[in-house]
Parts: sequence; C-alpha cells; structure tokens
Amino acid sequence: MGRPVAITGLGAVTPLGLGARTLFERWAAGQIGIVDGEAPCSEFDAVAALGPKTARRTDRFAQFALVASDEALADAGWIAPAAPIAPSAPAAPAAPTGGAESSPHDLPYAPDRIGCVIGTGIGGIGTIETQQDVLRERGARRVSALSVPLLMSNAAAGTVAMRHSLQGQSFGVVSACAAGAHAIGTAVRMIQAGDADACVTGGSEAALTGLARAGFASMGATSELGVSRPFDARRDGFVMGEGAGVLVLEDLDAAVKRGARVLAVVRGYGASSDAFHLTAPDPEGLGAVRAITHALADAKLSPGDLDYVNAHGTSTPLNDRAETVALKAALSDAAYGVPVSSTKSAIGHLLGAAGAVEAIATVLALRERLAPPTLGFGEREEGLDLDYVPEQSRALGNGRPAIGMSNSFGFGGHNAVLILEAA
Amino acid sequence: MPVAVTPEAVEEKVVETIASFGVPVDDITRDSTFEQLDVDSLDLVEIAQVIEEEFGVALKGDDVKDIKTVGEAIDLVVSRA
Repeated sequence: MGRPVAITGLGAVTPLGLGARTLFERWAAGQIGIVDGEAPCSEFDAVAALGPKTARRTDRFAQFALVASDEALADAGWIAPAAPIAPSAPAAPAAPTGGAESSPHDLPYAPDRIGCVIGTGIGGIGTIETQQDVLRERGARRVSALSVPLLMSNAAAGTVAMRHSLQGQSFGVVSACAAGAHAIGTAVRMIQAGDADACVTGGSEAALTGLARAGFASMGATSELGVSRPFDARRDGFVMGEGAGVLVLEDLDAAVKRGARVLAVVRGYGASSDAFHLTAPDPEGLGAVRAITHALADAKLSPGDLDYVNAHGTSTPLNDRAETVALKAALSDAAYGVPVSSTKSAIGHLLGAAGAVEAIATVLALRERLAPPTLGFGEREEGLDLDYVPEQSRALGNGRPAIGMSNSFGFGGHNAVLILEAA
Repeated sequence: MPVAVTPEAVEEKVVETIASFGVPVDDITRDSTFEQLDVDSLDLVEIAQVIEEEFGVALKGDDVKDIKTVGEAIDLVVSRA
C-alpha cells in the first residue's frame, strides 16, 4: 500500500448550521435540522459568505463547497480564518470580499501538487430548472451564458480549485449518494500513488428543488411522513437534505514535517458495485460486504478493531435492512458489539454530500470518543438487531486512538467505505 | 414595447446591470474598462441580453469582442438603434 494519508482540515455546511464542529456538537446534543419534512441549510447566506459576484457565478451546490473549503483550509492552517459571518447584521453593505481566497504562496505545497476532488449526486439542478423555465417562457436567446458553468457537476471542484489556486488534478466524482465517499477515496489514492502531496476533497449537493423532490417522491424513496428515523421499524423513506463537507488530506509524512495538526488518518478505503438493480440494494448486501471487506483489508484491520460505525442509514426500508445484513456478514460477531449510528437521523440525506459530511462527523466522533445517537430510533424491527445508539450519545472505547468506519451506498449500486482513525 | 434608445437610458441600464453583478456603483464610469470591473465575456453576454430585452437592440459576439470600456459599450448600443 502507498503512503499514509492524514486529515488535517474539516469544513461543513449542513442543515444543523455552518461549520464541521457545529454539525458534530449539535448532532451529539440531539438536535435535528429537519423542518417540515426537509433539511435545508437555513443558516447559509451565499452573498454574506462569498460576496455578490461569486454568489452570482455559482450554483448553490458550488457555494456550499466553497464555504466548506474555506473552513477546511483555515482549519488545516493553509489560510487565515474568514471573518465571522453575521448575515443578520443591520444595514451591513454586502461587500464583495472574497477574502478567503488563497494565493499560491499561501499554500504549504507546490500548487500543482495539490488536487481537488469534489463529489456530487446531481450537480447544479437548481440552475437547470431555473434556466429551463427561462428557455420555455422567454426563449433561447434569454438563457444565461452562465447556465453551463453553473450547472455542470464538476463546478464545485472547478470553483474550489480556482478559489484556492489548487493546480493539481481536479475533477468531480458522480456516484449518487456515494459520491462524497468516492471523492475522498479517490483523493486518498491520488496521494498514495504519489500524484499529489495533498488534496482538497469532499462532496456537495443542493437538490431541494421541484424536480428532484418530485422524482424522489415518485419512486417512493422519500418519507411521506417527513421523518428520518434510520433502522426504526416505522421508517418510511429518507428526508432530503442539502449541504457540503470538505476535508483537507495530506501525505502524513509531509503533514508531520510541516508541523500540521493531524486530526485523523485514513486507514482504509474500499469500493464496489452491486451490479444488481438501478436503485434497490442487493437484499443480501453483497456489494456492501465487498466494500467493507476491501476497506478492512486495505486498513490491515479486523472487524473487532472497529470502535464505531457511521452507517449509511438512510431511513428507507430497503437500505437499512440491507445495510444491517451486510454489517453482520462483513463483521460477523463484531457487528453486535460496535455502536452503529446514522448522521441522517439529524440532517436527513445529503445525497452526494452525505459521504463527505458523514466522514467529517466520524472523524470528530472518533476524536471526541463519542458516538452520536440515531435520533428518533424507538421501535425495533425483526432482524434489525444491532446497537443503533438510540436516544443519546455514547462514550466510545478506551485506550488506543478510536477507529471508525463510514459507509456510503448510492443509487446505481455504488458502494464506498472509509476506515478512519483518530490521531 | 422596447424602451426608446437614448444615451442616458442605455447608460443607466448598463450601469444597473454591472452593479447587479456585485460591482460598487461608484466604480462604474464611462471610462472604466470591463477588465477593471472584473466583468468577463460571460458577463458581457448577460449585459447584451439585458440590452436586447430592454431596447430591442441585438448585439452579436463579433460586435462586443473588441469592446473595452463601459462608454464603448453604450456608444455601440446607441449606434445600432
């Protein structure tokens, strides 16, 4: 295996607020970011955070990624922290600050040795829908010249790379609800292969739109009750959320050499495909089992080494059952001894951002030695008999640095699993 | 019905559109270059669309590619009316 990879910076925009630590603290305290059956990032103000020029030239999913990247790079010590954002400040003129932009000389590595890989499920669907309306109602000559650069699924990766002068490999990763985890795994491999010294990576999604909402509802994927309660017998679908998670990954030796604060180490990555059905998981969870098994082998760890599992746990009838089956098959007896909780109980399903946001939540859970709960879990279903951490946070293990696993599974049968260790 | 083309009306619309991009109004003069204002080719297309909608004056890519300043843009629109 290649070089060990460190996580040195975290950033997130989620329905629980701005900031990676805000997400973790509020989830661990039992707060829920779901309002009227959806989980919007209601504390996010694009113009206040990015200035009017950048806000106008980016779709909401790229805006989330930009703000999360500013936080992550500041967290890693690459750039100065942004000034506190006060969206409600009276009469404050929205100055086009863009103050968090980096110049190449700020970066701790040669700019062309820093990659940028950001996943998304759908990309700029808000722009697609808005411009489709313009086309229909006002004609082709009125469609914005910014349509394509805003809606393209690689826009988050492109704009984050531009903002911070990251000149290494940069691209988007598209694998539905596994995209955030695939992006991180791809970034890990990029560093391990020696193609980059560092990579800014994560996932982003802003799909609380009419078409996405209707499409997920038509296929019966979303909760009619508007409740996210993963693994509970009463679960009836996922709750749509939005947001972004961005992580700074660095070659571990290089990070240590520059005196970086290492938050966690990526111990293992495994990915696989169900090759079974366009949307339904293999009921035996065989694809998920392969991804988990690959990740454990990559990490050179045994199932019993896991202190925590951050489940994909969508709150759909099919996923939560198949994931439980897969955990039992992949971890055997150890499956019953490890706490398993779902971030989606607090923030809903962030689709292509989920894997990244949940990897961030996992890093903080391992560092704080605290498994946040699967909120809303109350009724057991036959066969769903793992320890889903009901009601409140639970202290994790003791002794050595905590090790956790974060699962992500996407429509299309894509499975991606990360194994992380607190530093 | 399109609005009648006068230098004043065109200037007002052009300044208003550039300001909507996040450029402070006080920075926008006839002599400002689009480069100074950080207005790029994608933004120029949007300005051209606003002008066409407001005044019924259609500008083509070739028309605007040599335009450097706000004043040149205004003059071009007025000359095409």
